[in-house]
Amino acid sequence: MNWITNYVRPKINSLFSRREVPENLWTKCPECGTMLFHRELADSLNVCGNCDHHLPISPRERFAALFDAGIFTEVKVPEAVADPLMFRDQKKYPDRLKAAQKDTGEREAMLVAEGEVLRTPIVAAAQEFAFMAGSMGAHVGNAIIAGAERAVKLRRPFVLFAASGGARMQEGILSLMQMPRTTVALALLREAGLPYVVVLTNPTTGGVTASYAMLGDVQIAEPNALICFAGPRVIEQTIREKLPEGFQRAEYLLDHGMIDRVTHRKALREEIATILRMLTLQPPAIKGDLPRPEAGGGAPA
Amino acid sequence: MTQHYLDFEKPLAEIEGKAEELRAVARANPEMNVEKEAAALDRKAETLLRDLYKDLSPWRKCQVARHPDRPHTRDYIAALFTEFTPLAGDRNFADDHAVMGGLARFNDAPVVVIGHEKGHDTKSRIERNFGMARPEGYRKAIRLMDLAHRFRLPVVTLIDTPGAYPGKGAEERGQAEAIARSTARCLEIGVPLVSVVIGEGGSGGAVALATANRIAMLEHSVYSVISPEGCASILWKDAEKMREAAEALRLTAQDLLKLGVIDRIVKEPLGGAQRDRAATIEAVGKTIEAMLKELAGKKPEALIRDRRQKFLEMGAKGLAA
Repeated sequence: MNWITNYVRPKINSLFSRREVPENLWTKCPECGTMLFHRELADSLNVCGNCDHHLPISPRERFAALFDAGIFTEVKVPEAVADPLMFRDQKKYPDRLKAAQKDTGEREAMLVAEGEVLRTPIVAAAQEFAFMAGSMGAHVGNAIIAGAERAVKLRRPFVLFAASGGARMQEGILSLMQMPRTTVALALLREAGLPYVVVLTNPTTGGVTASYAMLGDVQIAEPNALICFAGPRVIEQTIREKLPEGFQRAEYLLDHGMIDRVTHRKALREEIATILRMLTLQPPAIKGDLPRPEAGGGAPA
Repeated sequence: MTQHYLDFEKPLAEIEGKAEELRAVARANPEMNVEKEAAALDRKAETLLRDLYKDLSPWRKCQVARHPDRPHTRDYIAALFTEFTPLAGDRNFADDHAVMGGLARFNDAPVVVIGHEKGHDTKSRIERNFGMARPEGYRKAIRLMDLAHRFRLPVVTLIDTPGAYPGKGAEERGQAEAIARSTARCLEIGVPLVSVVIGEGGSGGAVALATANRIAMLEHSVYSVISPEGCASILWKDAEKMREAAEALRLTAQDLLKLGVIDRIVKEPLGGAQRDRAATIEAVGKTIEAMLKELAGKKPEALIRDRRQKFLEMGAKGLAA
C-alpha cells in the first residue's frame, strides 16, 4: 500500500491498479532498486543500466550473446538416475524438479553447447541458477563430463560459466561425488592439452567452488560476484563477528590472489576469444560484427 | 576412563551405574557379596546395548560417529603404524593441526599416512580446531601426496571431520581452491590410495582426502554432503529436524555401500567403537591391509585409470536399483 492507494478514491484507485503492468515486464535491480524494463535488460545482458550490477542470466541468453550470430548447438547430456535416494523433505524431490523445469523451461541446471566465439571454436557449459539454485547433482556432473569429452573429441577449449548455491542436497552423497567426478573430466582436458577457462558468476558457492569452478587454467569473475566455499552467514555464525565490506566478492578475491581477472559481462566475449586464441596459438581474432557463418562453412552442425 | 553416554544410551547408563555402585559398596565392605546381583545387571545392560545398537537410526549413527571416546587418527597411527614421522606445514602459510600426516611404516612397508584429527580433550580439540581443516591442511595433504607419488609410497588416509572450517582467514586463503586441488591430486597420484572413514565424513573437507582407489567405512560412521543439522535448517527451515534430515540424506555406511560409493564396511564392537577401541583399531588395520593388498603390484597408470573409472561410474545406480 502506498500513499496513492490510501488517498485516491476507489474508482480512481481501480484505474491505477489496472494500469499496473504484468510483473515480468519489469525487474527490480536487487542492488540499487532501479526498475529495469525487460527489453532494455535483455539488450544489456541483464546488467543494470544504473549501477552496473550483474543480474543472473540464463544459459540460453548467455550462449545467444556469446556465440557468433547467436548460433550454437546443444551438446547432448546423458540422462542421470532420477531421484537416486528417493529423497523427501517437505516436498518430494521429483516434485521440486518438475517445478524447476516448469519455471525455467530447462531440463536441468546446466546447459552445454558448441559453437564459435569470434570464429574461435569452443565448447561451453553454463549453469542455470534459476534451476534449484544451480545446484550440482548428477546432471551437472554428466554435463561437465559430456562437455569435456566433446571438447577433447573436437580438440576445442572448454569454457564454463559457474552459478550455483553448491551441492544438491536432495542427491546427498551422490551430489558430493560430483566433485571428484567433474575433476576427472577436467583431467581429460588437461591431458589433451586443451585450455579450460572458468567464468565465476554471482553466486558461486560450496562444493561447486571447491571443485570444477576453481580449477580453471584461467579464472575470470564477473564484477561483484559472490564467490566462496562457506557463505557469509555461516561464517558470521561461526566466528561471531561482522565481515569486512566486499568480503568474498570478485574484487576481494582478485585482491587476495584467488582469481586472475574481473571482467564486465559485455567484455567477456572478446576476452574469452583473446585468451583462448593465445593459448591455442591462433592469430588474433577479427573483432567487430561478423557476417553470419555460412552453412557448412566450418560452423558446427 | 568415565564412559560418556549418548542421550539414547540413558537407560543403559542407569543400569551400568547401578552395577558400578554395587561393586563400589562391596569394595568398601569386603564381607558383602554382591557379585550375583551385579552380574545380573551386567547381563541386563548387555541385552539393552544389543537392542540399542541392533538397528541404529541414521541420526543415532551421527551421534555415535561423533562420540568423543571414539579412536581418532592419532590413536590409529600410534597403534597400527611404526616409525611415524610427522611432516608439517604447507610451505606457504602455516601448519594446520586439524590434518596430521607423515611418513610411517605399515606392516614394515613405508607409506604416507594422512588424516583429520579432532583432538581428545579441550586443549587438544582447540589446537586441532575440532578436526576442521583450513586451506593449509589440504595443501599439506597435497604436499604429502606429491611426496608419496615421487617415491612410490602408498597413501593411507583416515577421514574424521565435521567439514572444512568456515572462517574468514580460511576463505581469504582459498578454502575452495585448496579442497579442489587436493581432490584433484588424489586423482593424479600413481600410487595406491586407500581411505577409511573412521568417524564423520563431512562434505568437501572429507572428499579432499577420500578420493581413493578403495574406501571403507566403520559400521557406525557417516559420510554426507551436509550435516543433518545444516540440511534440516535449509530444507525444513528448522535445525531441530535433524532426525528427518539424517534419514533422508542416506549418510550411513550401509546406504553408501548400496550406492556403490564405498567398497566395504568395517564392523564395530558391540556398542560402538568407543566401547572397545583396541578391537576397532585392529579391525581397521586389517581392512587397510586388505585394501592395500588388492592394489599391490598395479602400475601407476592402472591405479590412476581405476580411480578415475571408479568416480566416473559413481551414481550410475540409485537405491531403487
